[in-house]
Amino acid sequence: MSVGIVSYGAYIPKFRIKVEDIARVWGDDADILSAGLMVYEKSVPDLDEDTATIAVEAARSAVSRHNIDAKRIGAVYTGSESHPYAVKPTSTIVAEAIEATPALTAADFEFACKAGTAAMQACMGLVGSGMVDLGMAIGADVSQGAPGDALEYTAAAGGVSYIIGNKESEMIAVIEDTYSFTTDTPDFWRREGMPYPEHGGRFTGEPGYFKHVTGAANGLMEKMGTKPSDYDYAVFHQPNGKFPSRVAKMLGFTKEQIKPGLVVPWLGNTYSGSCMMGIAATLDQAKPGDRIFATAFGSGAGGDAFSFRVTDKIDEVRDAAPKVLDLLKDPVYMDYAMYAKHKGKIRLA
Amino acid sequence: MSVARFWRKQINRYNIVGTHCKTCDTHYYPPRNVCPKCRRDGDIEAYKFAGPGKVVTYTIIHTAAEGFEMQAPYALAIIELDEGPRFTSQVVCDPKEVSIGMRVRPVFRKLGESGDKGMIYYGTKYVPDNDRN
Repeated sequence: MSVGIVSYGAYIPKFRIKVEDIARVWGDDADILSAGLMVYEKSVPDLDEDTATIAVEAARSAVSRHNIDAKRIGAVYTGSESHPYAVKPTSTIVAEAIEATPALTAADFEFACKAGTAAMQACMGLVGSGMVDLGMAIGADVSQGAPGDALEYTAAAGGVSYIIGNKESEMIAVIEDTYSFTTDTPDFWRREGMPYPEHGGRFTGEPGYFKHVTGAANGLMEKMGTKPSDYDYAVFHQPNGKFPSRVAKMLGFTKEQIKPGLVVPWLGNTYSGSCMMGIAATLDQAKPGDRIFATAFGSGAGGDAFSFRVTDKIDEVRDAAPKVLDLLKDPVYMDYAMYAKHKGKIRLA
Repeated sequence: MSVARFWRKQINRYNIVGTHCKTCDTHYYPPRNVCPKCRRDGDIEAYKFAGPGKVVTYTIIHTAAEGFEMQAPYALAIIELDEGPRFTSQVVCDPKEVSIGMRVRPVFRKLGESGDKGMIYYGTKYVPDNDRN
């Protein structure tokens, strides 16, 4: 049974902070940082936004884009590394808010930045086997970066929801295949009760990101018998602009192929939403028949690769909800003091 | 607020779900079990409101209650839904943007929380209609 994306929805808070405003506080050179990271600004959540509110907004956008009857959704899985509760699912809040309850299964996923694509694969299994009619997979985060840490320049907020189904007549993109590459690699973690994650610095690069993204991407192309030139677009997890650009080149994809999905320079790293946001931005402008290659990466570590084929249905539903570029327009900029307040870095006595 | 008290009206806060009296065609939010106009002749049904409305009047809170200090100054408004009911809600935007008669639409936000250990309360707030968030 074929499976595919029936609808999608994205959400990005309207606030931004520029890299130069963060660099000023810590005495870093903003020009060197922006050039090195290929990130110029990042999104910041409002004072009353968290992963649950972002996930709900993304989920509602996906439901309304294709006018989905939410009661058909038999599974809601939310991937995040910033779930508001340590124990108490984000996914039940989402399911209740979109009125999909009570006849469904729900759970929260965690796998650093690829928890959302792991949720997509779980939904593929459920709809592919016929256990549920539609499944919803969400990647959403209000990413944490410790004050002064390198992560603070990129850790952003946003979320994306995909509704996965098994009826080809409803699909806007067929998921041709998926392949995962997973090892126990401690390149990034956050211990129970700790407010900010720790990471292995440069160790997150070669043995983490590049090994697992190339492992998953090459594994999928080998499995399917495809090559980079078979695809119109490609999306790779974007913790910064440099890593996906470099891994695309390593794999044989061109700058033009990754351009529509490379939203990180003006958004930052939305962690569980990162690769999924790139896929959404690519779907926003893909034409029927286009093929999209995507690989998410999650520290810890693993890569999930996907091959999509866009269908004629995309033209019917694309404009029915805000596109990623619409959500990036007209940001409200804030200085570091307001950013610190929004991110809970200022504590009242 | 106790966990059970919030939970009982949770679906009404997540989505603007109130009631409608089929006898006199009046909409209510928060929901009413009995129509105050028709009394025993009333015929109440659940009703999901479309969501959009307008600001009837508002005030700007500068001295916030405990738990809301970080959000001050913020706008608290009486919202009138397109179907008629009025209720109080926060309007999330720069307080200088709020005006009487301004069109607003609902968004899903945190309404509050019981300290660091207690429950987080989610529900509907409003933003200016021309605000994409």
